[in-house]
Amino acid sequence: MSTPDTVVQAPPASDTAPAFLRTDHLPFCKGCGHNIVAINTEKALHKVAGLSPLDVVVVSDIGCIGIIDQQYASHTIHGLHGRSTALGVGVSLGVHPPGKKILVYIGDGGATIGLPHILEAADRNVDMTVLVHNNMLYGMTGGQPSGLTPVGFKTASTPDGKITPGFDLCRLAHVAGAIRVQRLIGIGDFSDDLAEAFRTPGFSLVEIIEICPSYGVKYNPGRKPADIARENGFEPVVLTNPPRPIHSRPARLDRPSLLNDDLVVPHRDVSNLPRKYSIILAGSAGEGVQAAGELLAEAGIACGLSVTKKGSYPVTVGVGFSLIEVNLKNRPINYTGIETPDAIVITSLDGLRKVESQIRTMQSGVLLIDASLPKPASPGVVVISADLRTPMGTRNVSLYSLGLLLAKTSLLPLSAYLDAIRHRFGDKVDLARLQALLTT
Amino acid sequence: MTHSPRVALIDGSRLIIEALVQSGADTFIGYPITPSNLLFQYASERFPRMLGAPDEITTLQWMSGAAATGLLTVTATSFPGFALMVESINMAFMMELPMVIILAQRLGPATGTATTGAQGDLALVRGMISGGFPVPTLCISSLPDCWDLSHEALRVAVSLRTPVILLTSKEMIMTMQDFDLATLKPLSPIKIPLYKGEGPYLPYAPDERGVPPFLPLGNPHHQVRMTASTHDATGLIQAGTPEALGNSTRLHRKIVRNLPDYTWLELDEQPDARRLVVAYDVTAGAAREAVRRLREQGHRVSLLVVKTLFPTPPQIFEVIDRYERVVFPEENLTGQFVEHLFGQRIPSRIRSVHSFGAMIPPAAIMQEVIA
Repeated sequence: MSTPDTVVQAPPASDTAPAFLRTDHLPFCKGCGHNIVAINTEKALHKVAGLSPLDVVVVSDIGCIGIIDQQYASHTIHGLHGRSTALGVGVSLGVHPPGKKILVYIGDGGATIGLPHILEAADRNVDMTVLVHNNMLYGMTGGQPSGLTPVGFKTASTPDGKITPGFDLCRLAHVAGAIRVQRLIGIGDFSDDLAEAFRTPGFSLVEIIEICPSYGVKYNPGRKPADIARENGFEPVVLTNPPRPIHSRPARLDRPSLLNDDLVVPHRDVSNLPRKYSIILAGSAGEGVQAAGELLAEAGIACGLSVTKKGSYPVTVGVGFSLIEVNLKNRPINYTGIETPDAIVITSLDGLRKVESQIRTMQSGVLLIDASLPKPASPGVVVISADLRTPMGTRNVSLYSLGLLLAKTSLLPLSAYLDAIRHRFGDKVDLARLQALLTT
Repeated sequence: MTHSPRVALIDGSRLIIEALVQSGADTFIGYPITPSNLLFQYASERFPRMLGAPDEITTLQWMSGAAATGLLTVTATSFPGFALMVESINMAFMMELPMVIILAQRLGPATGTATTGAQGDLALVRGMISGGFPVPTLCISSLPDCWDLSHEALRVAVSLRTPVILLTSKEMIMTMQDFDLATLKPLSPIKIPLYKGEGPYLPYAPDERGVPPFLPLGNPHHQVRMTASTHDATGLIQAGTPEALGNSTRLHRKIVRNLPDYTWLELDEQPDARRLVVAYDVTAGAAREAVRRLREQGHRVSLLVVKTLFPTPPQIFEVIDRYERVVFPEENLTGQFVEHLFGQRIPSRIRSVHSFGAMIPPAAIMQEVIA
C-alpha cells in the first residue's frame, strides 16, 4: 500500500500562494486514500487561477472524510450525514460574487444517503464540485456496505460479500445533468483532474475510488481498489454535458405588496343584522362555491359587518364536495367557527351528504335546497326547495344560490352582493340577468 | 390617531408573508403542505427569492446553507414536513443560524387529516432539540399577531442567532376575515449585524448576551467555520472539552436569559375575578368570545393569551397563581400546554377543555369556567 508522501507532494505554502489546507498532519489512518485526495486537492486549488483560501467554502459530510475541515484555511461548514450537497446548494444561494468555489466532501455512505441531493444539485446545475470519497463502505461506523459498494465486496456486516451490484453514481449524476463527472482511482497525482473539475462552471462531481485500510483491506485482503472497480464495471471515466445556465436566484426586490388597494372593500351599504349569522353553502367542485363565499363575505364588509369565510374540499380539488362557512356579525368576530348554522344552502348531492349532521342541529333558520334533492325533515326550519342549478348555469350555481338566499331573507342588501360580484368578475357574469332573476 | 379604514377580506397567511418580507426576510424555501399552502403561494408572489424544494430535509439544508451566508430564510410546513426537518433544525440551532420556521398545525397522528386544524404539536416543538434546549416559539392568536409576531420572529432569530418557530394552525392562517389594513404599523427591515473586528474571527465567541457576532461564509475578510458537532469558539469539533461543553450550554443560556426581550403575553384581567382562561393559537378566539359573553352575563373572569410559548415566560405562573380556577382550552387530546406547565400531576384548580378533530366552541369554555 502506498503512503501519501510517496505518491504526491503538496506544494509548499508561500506568501504568494497561501495554503488552502494543511497536509502535514492529516487526521486520517495511514494508507487511507483520503490523505491522497487532500494532498491532490491542495495542489489542484493552486492550479485554479485567481483562487485564494477565502474564495473557497468547504462543505463536509459525516464520516471520516468530515473531519477534513480542520485542515482548511478556507471557510468550512460541517453538517449532517448525507446532507452536505444540499447544504452546499444553500451556500451557493448567498456566496457572492460568483467565482467562489464550493467544495463538497462526502463519502460513498453519505452519497448513498443524500443521493437525491446530488441529483437535484446536478439537475439545477449548482456551481459546486462534489468530491465523493468512495472507499466502498461506511467506514466510521465499522464497515457496512453503501449503495456504491460493488457486488462481492466484503464488509463487517456482509462477510460473504455484498449481494447487490451497487449503483454507478457517475452515470446517475451525468444523466441528471452534471456538466462534468469523473471517476478515477485515488492513487498518484490526479490534481490536474481535480483542477479541471474545479474550473468547470456549474456542477461537477469526482468519484475517487479508494479502499478503507481499516475495514476494506481487512475483509478483502490482497484486492486492489482499481481491480475491484474495473471488475464491477466502475471503470475510470469522464462524462460531460454541454454548458448551461448556472443555478442562481438573484433577489427581486421590486415585487408588489400583497396588501394592495384591490383588496379593499369600500363601505357602501348598511345592514340591520342584529346578531351573528352563520351560513353554510354546500355544493360540488366547479360550481364556484369558494368564490361565492368570498363575495358574500365581501358584501358583508361593504355593509360594515365583521365577517369570516372558510372553505373545505377534498384533496382532489377538482371533484367531490365543496363547502364554505360564512359568519356575518355586527361586532368583531372572535370565534371563527359556526356554533349553529342559521342558513344552509345545498346545491348538489355531494353537498347534502357533507352537511347532513349540521342540518340535524338546526332548530330554526333557513334551508335552501335544490329541487332535485330530497327535502330534509327539519322541524322549526324553513325549507325552501327551488331550482338552483339551471337559472344561471352550472358554473354560477353558487353565485345564484347565495343571491337567492339574500333575496329570500333580506340578510344583506342584494345590491351589496351584486356590487361585490361586479368588482370581482366584471362582464364575466351576466349581472343584469342575475339581478332580474333574483328580484322577480 | 384616526385613519381612514381600508377593510379587506384576507387570511392570516397573506399578512404573515407580507410582514416577513417587509421585515427583511429575503429567501423563502419550502415544500407546500396543507395547511401551509397559502404561505407557499404568497411567498411565490412576494419573496425576493423563492425556491420550491423537493422535500423538507432539503428545505432545511438549503435554508441552513443560505443562512450561513447571511440570507434571512423562511419556510412553512405542517407536522409531516416538520418531522423531517427536526434533525436539520438541530443542526441550524447548533450552528446558530437565524431562520423562521412556520409550523401550521393540523390533525395527526402521522398524515392525519390535512384539512383539519389542531394544536397537537406543542410537545414535539418543546422537545425537538436533543438535550432539551428550547427553541424560541411564538404563537399567533389573531390577525394582528400575524403581522406583529412575524416581524418579532425574524427579529428574535437575528438577535439571538437561532431558528425561531412561528407556531400557528389551519384556522389562523386559512380562514378569511375582515381586517382593516390601515391599522398595520410599518415594519422596518431587520439586518444581521456583522462582526467588524480584527482577525482571527472566532465564530462562536459570544458577546455579553451570549450571542456570537456573525460573519457569513464566503466573506473576504476572515475565515468562518461552522459545525453541527460539539465545538469550541473556533467552530472546530471538540469532544467533551470543558470549553466545547460550555459552548453547548451557552446555547441554552442565550435562549433563556434573553426571554424578557421576547416575552409576549396578552393579559385582560378583570378586578376581583377569581377565574382565568389561558389560551393560545386558535382557541384564543373562542376564549375571547367566552370571556366576553361571561362578562355580559355578569361573571367576573380574566383572560391570558400566551404568545411566547417556549421558553415559557415565568409571568404565566405569576398570573395563574392569582386565580382560584384556571381553564385551558386546547385543541388536542391531552392538554399539551397544561402538561408542559404542570406535568402529570395537575392541580385540581387547573381545568382542561380538550377537543380532538374539532374546534372548541365558546360555550364549552364558558361551561368549565362557571362550573
